[in-house]
Amino acid sequence: MSETTVDRVARKTPARVARKVKGLSDRAIAWLFVGPTIFLLLTINIFPLIWTINLSFTNFKANRPNRAVEYIGLRNYERILGDSDIWLSMQATAHFLFWTLFFQVLIGFTLAWLINKKFKGNDLWTTIIVLPMMLSPAVVGNFWTFLYQPQIGLFNYVITFFTGADPSSFQMLGSVDLAPWSIVIVDTWMWTPFVMLICLAGLRSIPDYIYEAAEIDRASKLRQFFTITIPMVLPFLMLAVLFRGIENFKMFDLVVQLTGGGPGSTTEMASINLKREAFEKWRTGYSSAFAIILFVTVFGLASIYVKALNKVKER
Amino acid sequence: MKQLKLASASVLTLAASTLSTTALADDLTLCWAAWDPANALVELSKDFESESGHTMNFEFVPWPNFADRMLNELNSGGKLCDLLIGDSQWIGGGAENGHYVKLNDFFDKESISMDDFAPATVYAYSTWPKGTPNYYALPAMGDANGWFYRKDWFARDDIKAAYKEATGDELGEPKSQKELLQIAQFFQGREIDGKTVYGAAIFTERGSEGITMGVTGALYPWGFKYENTPGSYDMEGAVNSPEAVEALEFYKELYSTATPPGYTNSYMGESLDAFKSGQVAMAMNWFAFFPGLYADPDTGGDKIDFFVNPPQNQAGSTLGGQGISVVSYSEKQEASLEYIKWFSDPAVQAQWWSMGGYSAHNSVLNSDTFEASAPFAGDFLLAMEDVQDFWQEPAYAELLLAMQKRIHDYVVADQGTAKEALDKLVEDWTEVFEDEGKL
Amino acid sequence: MSYSVTDPSKRQKFIAGTLVILYALITMVPLVWIMMTSFKTPPDSISYPPKVFYQPSLEGYVNLFTTRTRVSAEKLASLPPPENFAEEIVRSRNMVIAGPSKFGGRFLNSVIIGFGSTFLSIFLGTLAAYAFSRFKIPLADDLLFFILSTRMMPPIAVAIPIFLMYRQLGLSDTHVGMILLYTAVNISLAVWLLKGFIDEIPREYEEAALIDGYTRFQAFYKVVLPQAATGIASTAIFCLIFAWNEYAFAVLLTSGTAQTAPPFIPTIIGVGGLDWPAIAAGATLFLLPVMIFTVLLRKHLLRGITFGAVRK
Repeated sequence: MSETTVDRVARKTPARVARKVKGLSDRAIAWLFVGPTIFLLLTINIFPLIWTINLSFTNFKANRPNRAVEYIGLRNYERILGDSDIWLSMQATAHFLFWTLFFQVLIGFTLAWLINKKFKGNDLWTTIIVLPMMLSPAVVGNFWTFLYQPQIGLFNYVITFFTGADPSSFQMLGSVDLAPWSIVIVDTWMWTPFVMLICLAGLRSIPDYIYEAAEIDRASKLRQFFTITIPMVLPFLMLAVLFRGIENFKMFDLVVQLTGGGPGSTTEMASINLKREAFEKWRTGYSSAFAIILFVTVFGLASIYVKALNKVKER
Repeated sequence: MKQLKLASASVLTLAASTLSTTALADDLTLCWAAWDPANALVELSKDFESESGHTMNFEFVPWPNFADRMLNELNSGGKLCDLLIGDSQWIGGGAENGHYVKLNDFFDKESISMDDFAPATVYAYSTWPKGTPNYYALPAMGDANGWFYRKDWFARDDIKAAYKEATGDELGEPKSQKELLQIAQFFQGREIDGKTVYGAAIFTERGSEGITMGVTGALYPWGFKYENTPGSYDMEGAVNSPEAVEALEFYKELYSTATPPGYTNSYMGESLDAFKSGQVAMAMNWFAFFPGLYADPDTGGDKIDFFVNPPQNQAGSTLGGQGISVVSYSEKQEASLEYIKWFSDPAVQAQWWSMGGYSAHNSVLNSDTFEASAPFAGDFLLAMEDVQDFWQEPAYAELLLAMQKRIHDYVVADQGTAKEALDKLVEDWTEVFEDEGKL
Repeated sequence: MSYSVTDPSKRQKFIAGTLVILYALITMVPLVWIMMTSFKTPPDSISYPPKVFYQPSLEGYVNLFTTRTRVSAEKLASLPPPENFAEEIVRSRNMVIAGPSKFGGRFLNSVIIGFGSTFLSIFLGTLAAYAFSRFKIPLADDLLFFILSTRMMPPIAVAIPIFLMYRQLGLSDTHVGMILLYTAVNISLAVWLLKGFIDEIPREYEEAALIDGYTRFQAFYKVVLPQAATGIASTAIFCLIFAWNEYAFAVLLTSGTAQTAPPFIPTIIGVGGLDWPAIAAGATLFLLPVMIFTVLLRKHLLRGITFGAVRK
């Protein structure tokens, strides 16, 4: 952006033509075009964010309009960081985050690699694989609770069919051991295609001549895979992990529908905990502090990650 | 003089009411939970529509989402509902935060007397602060948690003999909580007509209020108290008393030894499903569902009977039920009050009961025909004698969520001991009341 | 080309194709099951083992669009014969149709809010993207990054102040409130994507137009807009899908008037017990448009996903 259009037009355009460029000045148009968006973002993104920061230092409760609001300093933050339940919900989030990313990267990359073999009709099948990620997580998640029903649910029946276990002997959503995995399964089903698409873009960005050169050097296919394919796709894969990581850190709709955080608090992830504090207990000040902590956490982790990503790209 | 005043007042109100009916016909929205009685209310309200000229719309939300959505609606100052049949525990918040219109003046004006309604219901559904003559709702639907069972199974000779052999007792409606457990365990996993059946369907739901409403059915009969002295908020030794611990352990045993598989997150709907599909011998649920259960072509009639929540150390049932309130954000308060006036009429109340709604009006409950009018009517009166309700504090949601978590963690997720769960609950509740400035 | 060393062998292609198709088929099972369930009767839907072959029925769809009440056998017998197939199905369950359900209204809300916010996002987004692409705007890069980073906030966190603000402004549970909110959420991605598309349009076209005497404004909508049409279309699809699927804001900020389908569908219940065919019918009607959209517009859509992600 070192040279603006204005400069270029001005340089190229003879003076008598320039006079004909009527209407608003470029500067005016620029602000006219950007203005509404900035205004919208200021009112619906930035201002609320500042307000949240402000609220996080108070004991405000949105359901108690008649109660005096007091500034209580960092007390909300102290309470949150010292609350073992919050740390448990962070653990649940971490478990979900790690395993969804693990499976999505593994399956997503494999699929992309297979699709890149360019078999006939690959684009149609790609589209079909992509379908789940286009759908409403709440609506689909709600239906998965039906698939997970003991006895009548299809999922349990299929497991029974392959393992011979009694379909009413295990409850995917109700058991403390299985519930964390039941949400990992659905999220993996929904979002593997996203990782797959990004990997596919990465694979397709590798020019053929690199492989041809390797072939001439008599490098084995396996060696080619580890010295060319993986390093070239890695930046793309890391991007996919970044996006899925941020999304799953915020995870709410799918898990709320599937387990609602239960059994007990086994799958109560950060967002669900936040929802309970903010919109069921109405501890607005407290939950604002929690929201800020979550935001800073995502932002911090993402920034560190992006630095790492840039290093990988530079290599 | 006094009579004259009364007369002129009634003329005035008469004029006022005719004026408002002729002057404008409003579109009223009534919000309630989506369940059997709500459907009956739609039918009942058709009379109101034809009498008043107003149109009634209904917004019914399923129970698991009801509190969440309606409290959100009230807290956002929403105008969706003109009339709200809100849960008994909301009354504190509804009154203190100005969500509900105070009805005292209206009751005086229309000479609606709270003495005409069953005292337990007025206390629970209408008053805030508790027990004072400040009314924010008219008792709309009396309710308590009760039990129903497969009368046909209980009457079968082979099953009776097997029960006698297994336990040494006669099979019949349980007279204590422990007998209920024994019967439930007897049925658990038994083959009846070639089908495996289970003991009892109880409440274990996590998301809203389910497991709390279920477990209090055991806590109250054991003698559970919220406070050592009412109004003092001193909960240590009351909430986590040895009796409370025993009751909680009992509920966990009932859950883990006598409920159908996969029964980890179930409330009203699941209890009904389990019973109607012939899965369970007994089930707990609100009296509100009993008319529908009795009328069910497959499992109702001769095959079903009802009993009140059995006592243990004392009698006790968990209170349900709701009062009807006018939402203060509504722009149609006049017409909404008209609806309440119409609803409070003894004739309408009698009609309400006959259609499956539990009237709390004395003229209905005390009538000679009431007990004989349905097989569960007597049980209902019995239950209402010893009902207890959860906290009705403005901070009720926080108190409830804490209990949901602690109880579900212990009973379903199998974490810690009953004592630990209740100790933590005392801590949670203490923190809430400290935040409230009440401790 | 066929002799290229990098082209996989026939056998490799066959194996790869088989595996991918197998995965695609498995991934479709839950979606197919939703559609199958929507055509079952309630007893068929909860039978054990799950029924794969069954007599199709429209009961789920009838239940989705109606409210019903149970009536006694005597009253049922006294009614005139059913007028249509819906009434007939309902009567067979000892019930009568009491009125329409709320599903139609909620679906319409989804359409209004979805298209409204998409239109607004695209309208504002295109203008802003053009400005970011063509003019020197102070701190442009920082601004863009910041706009994008607000998407890292969990929606529940954003909803806290929005809830308070909307309560003050009377925007709770209104279509306008939801359209503005979804626009604000979508616009960062829209600007980002659109800026990419507009960057690709050579500036020489506009410059030529300017020299020909067009105003900057005319140059924008007569030259740039038609060139960016494909990009705008695929961005629009993203905005629409987001707004269509969104749940967290909808469940917290709407209760009736402006409630969309995603928070509504999971709360569909039958008379006495869950009505899975009706839920499945609602889900099918709600998901099907997106599936058809995806298959028809796959080229733009798939390109958009990777383009949007990789550019960041």
